[in-house]
Amino acid sequence: MDPALFRSSLSVWPSFLLVSAPVLFDYASQRVPRCSHSPWIASQENTMKDTDIKRLLYTHLLCIFSIILSIFIPSFFLENFSILETHLTWLCICSVFVTAVNLLLYLVVKPNASSKRSSLSYKVTRFLKCCIYFLMSCFFFHVIFVLYGAPLIELVLETFLFAVILSTFTTVPCLCLLGPNIKAWLRVFSRNGVTSIWENSLQITTISSFIGTWLGAFPIPLDWERPWQMAIERKYKMCRSLYVCTRHGASHCPQVWPISCTLGATFGYVAGLVISPLWIYWNRKQLTYKNH
Amino acid sequence: MRLGSGTFAACCVVIEVLGVALFLRGFFPTPVRSSARTEHQAEPPAPEPSAGASSNWTKLPPPLFRKVVIMLIDGLRDDFVFGSKGVKFMPYTTYLVEKGASHSFVAEAKLPTVTMPRIKALMTGSLPGFIDVVRNLNSPALLEDNVITQAKAAGKRIIFYGDETWVKLFPRHFVEYDGTTSFFVSDYTEVDDNVTRHLDKVLKRGDWDVLILHYLGLDHIGHVSGPSSPLIGHKLREMDSILMKIHTSLLSEERETLVPNLLVLCGDHGMSETGGHGASSVEELNTALILISSAFERKPGDIRRPKHVQQTDLAATLAIGLGLPIPGNSVGSLLFPTVEGRPVREQLRFLHLNAVQLSKLLQENVPSYTKEPGFEQFKMSERLHGNWIRLYLEENNSEVLFNLGAKVRRQYLDALRTLSLSLSRQVAQYDIYSMLVGTVMVLEVLALLLLSIPQALSSEAELEVPLWSPVFSLLFYLMFLVLSALHVIVCTSTESSCYFCGLSWLTAGGVMALISALLCAVGSALAKMFADGKFLSKNPAHPKARWSELDVLILLGTTGHVLSLGASSFIEEEHQTWYFLINTLCLALCHEIYRNCFLRDDCEPQQCSHVEEGFVSPAPALQDRSIRCNMLEPHRVSKGPTSLDTLRGYEKWMVLASPWVILTCCRLLRSLNQTGVQWAHRPDLGHWLTSSDHKAELSVLAALSLILIFALVQRRCSLTSKVAMALGLLGVYCYRAAIGNVLFPWQRDSKDISKGVIEARFVHVFVLGILFTGTKDLLKSQVIAADFTIKTVGLWEIYSGLVLLAALLFRPHNLPVLVFSLFIQTIMTKFIWKPLRHDAAEITIMHYWFGQAFFYFQGNSNSIATVDVSAGFVGLDTYMEVPAMFLTAFATFAGPVLWASHLVSFLSSETSRTRTNILQICIGPRRPQIAKAILRKNKAGGITIPDFQIYYGAIIKEYGTGTEIDI
Repeated sequence: MDPALFRSSLSVWPSFLLVSAPVLFDYASQRVPRCSHSPWIASQENTMKDTDIKRLLYTHLLCIFSIILSIFIPSFFLENFSILETHLTWLCICSVFVTAVNLLLYLVVKPNASSKRSSLSYKVTRFLKCCIYFLMSCFFFHVIFVLYGAPLIELVLETFLFAVILSTFTTVPCLCLLGPNIKAWLRVFSRNGVTSIWENSLQITTISSFIGTWLGAFPIPLDWERPWQMAIERKYKMCRSLYVCTRHGASHCPQVWPISCTLGATFGYVAGLVISPLWIYWNRKQLTYKNH
Repeated sequence: MRLGSGTFAACCVVIEVLGVALFLRGFFPTPVRSSARTEHQAEPPAPEPSAGASSNWTKLPPPLFRKVVIMLIDGLRDDFVFGSKGVKFMPYTTYLVEKGASHSFVAEAKLPTVTMPRIKALMTGSLPGFIDVVRNLNSPALLEDNVITQAKAAGKRIIFYGDETWVKLFPRHFVEYDGTTSFFVSDYTEVDDNVTRHLDKVLKRGDWDVLILHYLGLDHIGHVSGPSSPLIGHKLREMDSILMKIHTSLLSEERETLVPNLLVLCGDHGMSETGGHGASSVEELNTALILISSAFERKPGDIRRPKHVQQTDLAATLAIGLGLPIPGNSVGSLLFPTVEGRPVREQLRFLHLNAVQLSKLLQENVPSYTKEPGFEQFKMSERLHGNWIRLYLEENNSEVLFNLGAKVRRQYLDALRTLSLSLSRQVAQYDIYSMLVGTVMVLEVLALLLLSIPQALSSEAELEVPLWSPVFSLLFYLMFLVLSALHVIVCTSTESSCYFCGLSWLTAGGVMALISALLCAVGSALAKMFADGKFLSKNPAHPKARWSELDVLILLGTTGHVLSLGASSFIEEEHQTWYFLINTLCLALCHEIYRNCFLRDDCEPQQCSHVEEGFVSPAPALQDRSIRCNMLEPHRVSKGPTSLDTLRGYEKWMVLASPWVILTCCRLLRSLNQTGVQWAHRPDLGHWLTSSDHKAELSVLAALSLILIFALVQRRCSLTSKVAMALGLLGVYCYRAAIGNVLFPWQRDSKDISKGVIEARFVHVFVLGILFTGTKDLLKSQVIAADFTIKTVGLWEIYSGLVLLAALLFRPHNLPVLVFSLFIQTIMTKFIWKPLRHDAAEITIMHYWFGQAFFYFQGNSNSIATVDVSAGFVGLDTYMEVPAMFLTAFATFAGPVLWASHLVSFLSSETSRTRTNILQICIGPRRPQIAKAILRKNKAGGITIPDFQIYYGAIIKEYGTGTEIDI
């Protein structure tokens, strides 16, 4: 395994399950008085920033739209499609949609300055590298989930798809924006390394996806014995475990395992998409980025 | 009033304990008791009611059965008899239930589902309180009115074989008895054979009236391998054959005497899906109850489904069946099917006796009993009964008599049900006032504690408790007056009994004064804090404390855990919360390590944390980055190496890998013992190891674990302790081999299972020896103040003594938990806490989290059923309350206790290291700035080393040599 990759993936990912709050605090420390700029430059920069924020907002709205589409479009083509009952199908579709939209936006908007070299072979290697990175991150997340207590042998597919969707929400935007460039990743996810609002929003969405996933694990120990919980269970014909299955007298029922976590991740991602433009707009006066 | 932090904390704990005790006294129901119960024989039985004409039947009705055999099978769940297992393994019983002369019931036990309270409930018909759980192991004689005492008083000859709890409960009641002990849970054949071996002889003899058999084997199998184990089937088949033997013998005797006998098959409590009991799941509550007698003949095609009844109903039924007065505290109602075959007059008489007894109990326990619906029903049915008697004595028309009789019977049954219900409900009433007082006390102390935390944790370790000024304030007196008035009002107006009102006026007054004083103290502390807060906010120079991600996680995690306890599911599955939190903690640590390692170049000067090359592993106290950076010269700051850089290559890799190693260990431990409620039935490694097929694997694992324990613990012990530890661990293996858990490689047959008392005592001696050495070192360090290392060694030895004790008490399949605990502690100490220099508060909370997680890794849960009672009997011949309680408690809480003692020893070693380091730095390579930084840090608060003398001494020394100090 490439040691640099190993290092980066280990160092960057798990931490963001936890660090959103402090990182948010960190922004407070980034508010540096901008006394060095002349007023003219400042105003020009402001307009630049405003248009950038608008573009950011639109791209994010598009991402949200893609998630909404992934809920409704498949029901035209597939029978009995619903998020909860055919959850794994939805996971795949949602992952594909979000990845596609991200790639599309990357090609259209080109938020970061285009690289100097643009030969075909370079692009191909870059793309392949991205794919490998994506797969690695999926496996890495899978391992983390197993360490958190997901079953090791049973329900492998469910756990892996959960890892895929989380990678889609976090790794894919990173790959689109920063490319397979470990240094850049490290820079963006360190304390004061953000150089543009795109990276800033990337940071926020990634962290909020992780937090959503983390919070999504909380319903798992609930025993679903309150009336409203049982009503939900009955409505969606779900069982939390084989034990409950036998208690309800059902021989086969869809598994409930990754649902709360994947929904948490999705909500976290959407929340991040909504929050980040607003937050950047709110703090646009204070945010200054070093020219890299 | 100035107090040291320790004194203050101790006072708070004492008051807290008082408050909690008061709350618990109010929370746990006081059992329903009848007052005048001692000379019940003198009390004549209630005569038959009559309206006008006098009835001549005032004596107790004669017994219905000549002989009664009670066959109690411990842990006989209802589906073991009535379910598919019963059909498969208990063919004779199933035949009796379906076609024979019997009545079958599903008897619902009440909490707590533990053997002794259940025996009491079966024999007295009352509902024992929760406090009986504590006394379950050591049962004092039962003084309450019960069937056995009544039977003895009536001259019946009683024989008992089985669980010796009975012998303790009913001393001198049995003409013949043989007790078996329930403490060796792993034994499930001998314990029952010891009961059965008497059976043939006793059944042939005719010189007894009541025979009680208590079989423990089924429950033991449940504890060891759970209700789905194949052993259960064998045991049920054995029980079925015993039942058949007893029944045929009783039948053959009946043919000679022509008087019916009664055979009762019952369970005392059920068995949860994991095999334990004690809690309130349906499987634990529902037990089988079958009454078999030729008096209960039934026509072919008469299908009797098992009815749901209360377990307490058996006492009244037995009393009636034996012709005895019903026990005074019984809240049960007669199982009517048993008397259905009797004439109507007798039936009514029995029902009346039962109703009279229940209504009397109600009168004594409920002040407003006349308003109770049950009592009204009883009075009405008594009146009707009188009418019926008059008609009966007048020899009236039989049809009218029959109809009226049926009506009276229905009335009585309704009345009994209502009475029984309202009495049971009486038990579940809380004493709100005591609970409230207790809660107020606890909350006030908590508030005071929270308010004074910053002060108490500061370097002086002293704090000002504002107690005297408020005591003389007007507020205090007003509060006191108001509370006393409230107390008087509540206590004079309340109808039901209240514990707090029962206390003497002086005590109550003292509590009131305490409450108001605490309130005033909290108030003044609050006021002071606000004043300080204003002052601080005005002071712009005050540096803002910067919280790291880890601090935020620790704070949110601890708060979140407390909040999660509001939901019952989260209490049942508390282990999930802890596993989740420690996983997250490991990932956070991992993040911190990797950031320190790889992102150092990007970090700002504030972040870099280093002092000096020679200062390789400084104490957690030296963490405050800003101060350190301010104090150091700029060129050092920008290029200063972190402590991680000073580590050599292999160590650096270990540091990088350590969080993942810990995570993997936790994942392995998690699959060792499934606990909680929802996932408890899932297969786990522990069950796999304890099953008899894998004894060899278990032996290898246990031996390996013991070797690893030695390797991990010995490194910081003195030589004597090392030898003692090695011998002790060898003794542990011998003990386990002696009681048959593990194998010796050279010893193939494990026939001779002893109690292993000698081996266990051998280990106990070494435990005591190591603890003694440790204590001696501690005392020595008190005397010789200069040497800090002695104290550290002493604490470590105490810690290793506790580890040895835990190794002895843990079941063999749990030994890996101990190994991993030691392993994680070592890794954390060496590769995380020291290089990353966490401060004392962080380390304490991490220890707390891991301690809690290890409590659950051991297989414990919040249910009392998972407490491993057998640990209390390691090395004891007979039951001794104090050592047994201590050993059980230690085995249960070994995880938290070991982590706590590790914390103490770790902090002490760090303190001593800091002191020596500081001395070296200050006196040696002339760095007065550092000493001063530490000093300032101390004043700012945050560490707990109160020893100023050393610092001052160092600085003064430096000053004296003429080095300049810039403040």
